[in-house]
Amino acid sequence: MSKNAKILLNGLVNENPTFVLLLGMCPTLATTTSAINGLSMGVATTFVLICSNIVISLLRNLIPDKVHIPAYIVVIASFVTVVQLCVSAYMPALNDSLGLFIPLIVVNCIVLGRAESFAAKNGPVASMMDGIGIGLGFTYALTLLGMIRELLGTGKVFDVTIFSEDYGMLVFVLAPGAFIALAYLIAVVNKIRNK
Amino acid sequence: MGYLLIIIAAILVNNIVFSQFLGICPFLGVSKKLDTAYGMSAAVIFVLTLATIVTYLINLLLIKWELEFLQTIVFILVIAALVQLVEIILKKISPALYSALGIFLPLITTNCAVLGVAINVATKNFNAYGLDYNLLTGTIFAFATAVGYGLSLVLFTGVREQLKLADIPEGMQGTPIAILTAGLLAMAFMGFSGVV
Repeated sequence: MSKNAKILLNGLVNENPTFVLLLGMCPTLATTTSAINGLSMGVATTFVLICSNIVISLLRNLIPDKVHIPAYIVVIASFVTVVQLCVSAYMPALNDSLGLFIPLIVVNCIVLGRAESFAAKNGPVASMMDGIGIGLGFTYALTLLGMIRELLGTGKVFDVTIFSEDYGMLVFVLAPGAFIALAYLIAVVNKIRNK
Repeated sequence: MGYLLIIIAAILVNNIVFSQFLGICPFLGVSKKLDTAYGMSAAVIFVLTLATIVTYLINLLLIKWELEFLQTIVFILVIAALVQLVEIILKKISPALYSALGIFLPLITTNCAVLGVAINVATKNFNAYGLDYNLLTGTIFAFATAVGYGLSLVLFTGVREQLKLADIPEGMQGTPIAILTAGLLAMAFMGFSGVV
């Protein structure tokens, strides 16, 4: 397997940010009320992650060591602002449902974590692959959690009815359901990984 | 009366951890011992209130100069600088407090609760409580929210300390059982909904 493909797979499986590294828990819990919300949040974060990884990797020799964290934060915050303005301009409905959590991508520990631990040490191509891998890992975790919560809560997945809404357990759409669904998902992933 | 409603709503009804999902990373990270939970709560209450006051004033400048689109960048930089400043000042004037809060302060920059509340206050209105939107209501809201964070952190840590003695199934050990506990606490906090 080539080096870049390995980096890509790393983010999807071994270093999955949600299930293994347990990073970025706030958007994971808050935006997965439905599958489509989880997917959108994942895509938005992936975009920021890829762009900031590329830029930081290009600038890694120019940024003085003493101010590297503030410099990274400015880069990340710029891309977050781009996403924020695009979403509020073209997808107002999505903007209402994700709300506060779009600007909060800035403080998502995944993005700063990858900048610090990967992009600051590797070239732009490898950093881009790392951004794609980690981003996709985050996106599929959020989508999976969103699907489970939407199915158990309302009987739908991506707005397609699987069973009648009357049998849905509302608690899974509300706050406690987010914690409970995530806890069991992590337990299942742990079980699989330990085999 | 309105102020009391803001405080109750922020601490119990819209608890920042259990109903708004802000600051979950440190919530899971520092909730293994009660001592550290108290330290972290104190640091969050201090920084969050201070950061909200400063960002509120800066937001007025941004609105005056029509630079609202810079809000995210400016807020996060101000918060990061503020945390550094607080750290330096505390080290100089109150070494005792610094050694108690010291290790938690740098962690707070990446605590999304601080940025979340700052943005919330900048965009919120308090009409529901019959109050105007101003520095006082914003500060009270931020302080009460931070107290709510401290309350949930201490409660959660207390439960987690007891969990060490429990016999937990193999796959659920560690994080899964902790998150499940948080879920049950969130369910308890749901009982407050509708109070305000």
